[in-house]
Amino acid sequence: MGGRFGDGPVFPDDESAPTFSEEWHAKTLAVTLAVGALGQWNLDISRHSRERLAPKDYTRFSYYEKWMSALADLMVENGVVTVDELASGRSSGVSPLTEKRFRPETVASAIASGGPVDRDGPEPKYHIGQLVKTVRPAGNAIVQGGHTRLPAYSAGVQGKIIAVHGCHVFPDSNAHRLGENPQPLYSVSFNAIDLWGHAEHPMDEVILDLWEPYLVMPNG
Amino acid sequence: MPHDHDHPHTLLPSDPALRVKALETLLIEKGLIDPATLNEIIDTYENKIGPQNGAAVVAKAWTDAVFHAALMADATKAVSDLGYYGRQGEHVTAVENTPETHNMIVCTLCSCYPWPLLGIPPAWYKSDAYRARAVREPRKVLADFGVVLPGSQAVKVWDSTAEMRYLVIPMRPEGTEGMSEIELAALVTRDSMVGTGLVVTP
Repeated sequence: MGGRFGDGPVFPDDESAPTFSEEWHAKTLAVTLAVGALGQWNLDISRHSRERLAPKDYTRFSYYEKWMSALADLMVENGVVTVDELASGRSSGVSPLTEKRFRPETVASAIASGGPVDRDGPEPKYHIGQLVKTVRPAGNAIVQGGHTRLPAYSAGVQGKIIAVHGCHVFPDSNAHRLGENPQPLYSVSFNAIDLWGHAEHPMDEVILDLWEPYLVMPNG
Repeated sequence: MPHDHDHPHTLLPSDPALRVKALETLLIEKGLIDPATLNEIIDTYENKIGPQNGAAVVAKAWTDAVFHAALMADATKAVSDLGYYGRQGEHVTAVENTPETHNMIVCTLCSCYPWPLLGIPPAWYKSDAYRARAVREPRKVLADFGVVLPGSQAVKVWDSTAEMRYLVIPMRPEGTEGMSEIELAALVTRDSMVGTGLVVTP
């Protein structure tokens, strides 16, 4: 939705506002992390499941409703719960995954250790200062209609490499269980005027982190 | 039978609070989640991890030249050394505001945010309006926060499209020369570290 018109003002909140404005927001986040810890899917699959919600649901759902609905869909798709269990709200028996459940005593260490995504992989083709262009259209080149992290607003635009971050897990593969397929990751700077046709200020820039398969030579 | 097999979530109650409750109850019965684990996760993000972490990093960067250099060279390592590594902050870059450049962070694709440094993102960061507008008209978005930048300052908007997480190091306000690191940290707001606010002299 980057660049979209018509969303109206941003409403800042008071910084002393509680982390979760509703108890069910907190519960949704905690349930999502706890079920994720069962290891039945990865972060990219999880993000993709939110993007795959029907557009009308994606638009009308609040943030944590998207999380919860995507989680329900993922659990059924991966056999963690059945459609009948979801519909009835009643368990048909203890899951074999129960041994893998996220235990309270490991929460602190799991949050502290995180899940880094830097990997060994191919040598980067581009270097700092080099001009590149993003591919167009922005889409998954491996799985038609699949997950990608090249925003539509930045497709087919020339930018400049400003940082090389080594190789990171490639979401376009990883979201579809096609392996981590690590690819060089770059920070690419775009002039706002090149992205939008006009800019609020001629010096303004937008920087995106983009994997090498999203980039071509400027005249390519 | 439900007619929409592609979207099992439609089987859940429509009220979101009831929907979560239904899921939680089912998952506890199936032995897939533990209520004590949920409480521990919520307590972590309500009480232990939040913008105070990022504020400590900023205050240290303002007062300790060696740390400042280390932070700008390798922020992941520098914040890890202070104990601020973790989930959704595995790869970190610090971007520093100067009289010439103002930095601002967004995630247009979802809601990526440096959790170990700033906690769970506020509602406005996750809103469609912020995600849609921050990249196209950052200065108008800043005006919604009451921030007006001089024409001499360029805006760099960082769209968090990968697993790199960004922390804005705001400019240290004038008149704070004699303040301690702890006093300075108390001045640093969450919004200033996302780039939608400035740090002002008390």
